[in-house]
Amino acid sequence: MNRTSRIAVFVLGAATIAVLFGFAIARMPAFGAAVHPYRDAAVAAALARQAPNVVTSINFDQRGLDTFGEETILLASVIGAVTLLRPADDERRRRPPDAGRTLNATRLAGYVLLPVTLIVGADVVVHGHLTPGGGFQGGVVLASGLHLLYLAGSYPALRRLRPLNWYEYGESVGMGAVVALGIAGLVSGAGFLANVLPTGRFGDLVSAGTVPLFSVAIGIEVASGVVVLLAAFLEQDLATRSSA
Amino acid sequence: MTILVLIMLGLVAVGGTVVALTDRPERQAVTLAVYGLLLSILFLVLAAPDVALSQVAIGSAVVPLMILLAWRTVRKATAGKRR
Repeated sequence: MNRTSRIAVFVLGAATIAVLFGFAIARMPAFGAAVHPYRDAAVAAALARQAPNVVTSINFDQRGLDTFGEETILLASVIGAVTLLRPADDERRRRPPDAGRTLNATRLAGYVLLPVTLIVGADVVVHGHLTPGGGFQGGVVLASGLHLLYLAGSYPALRRLRPLNWYEYGESVGMGAVVALGIAGLVSGAGFLANVLPTGRFGDLVSAGTVPLFSVAIGIEVASGVVVLLAAFLEQDLATRSSA
Repeated sequence: MTILVLIMLGLVAVGGTVVALTDRPERQAVTLAVYGLLLSILFLVLAAPDVALSQVAIGSAVVPLMILLAWRTVRKATAGKRR
């Protein structure tokens, strides 16, 4: 394929997308307008299941299958990245270097913020159905908070706090719990990932049926997945040496 | 509210341009983190705190860290080959 035909393909594709995009934009409701058919339906459905946070109700209940697909993609990409980053034939493990020079202010901020971040992350996971947040957001906060130990301390310190196989198990346990929830919905006859538990009282910590369970399972999976992913990058950078 | 949205949209446009015009990947990781923060403030102003929370954690912490680590690994590998 020479340059001219490549440009012709690009122009054709770009023009088609521009036309379709124009049609789509023209038919969209005005920005900030009062008419939102989907909002009306979703808010009613969320309130019927005692979930104050409508976004989480959509993610973990009304469109649970989408979240299930998303987390499967995350799991697959973590596995792919870990496979790519494993030590190659011409690379050998080495002892990771101890802490380099770290500003005292950085160390202090890291050690003070480490427990705070972990508590905030757990809070965001557990209260996903009540306040903004949920398993995904809280899981990422937990995983990135853990890495404050690398910023403030050293890589060996992070390694001690991070028995990697626990997080590998965590990833599969989280994903497995989501599948189990889905099958529980199937067994009860309501359908895959249907909200089959009693919904409880509006605003309670234990309410909204399966939403908090789904959220916590996703939180475990995402937190473990991000830790495993970053660990593969850190190991490749700090604990591997090319023998060539 | 609309003025806040317009200000944040403008800042996001400027931030995105700065990221695209930053020349080296290791510097891009830093500008990308700032851009991620701007984007999460825009989401917050648009009343989407759930998305803002994901954006601030992924876009301004995890992705820049991954870029930096990947860049260091690539640099180490190419330096090893040159030797």
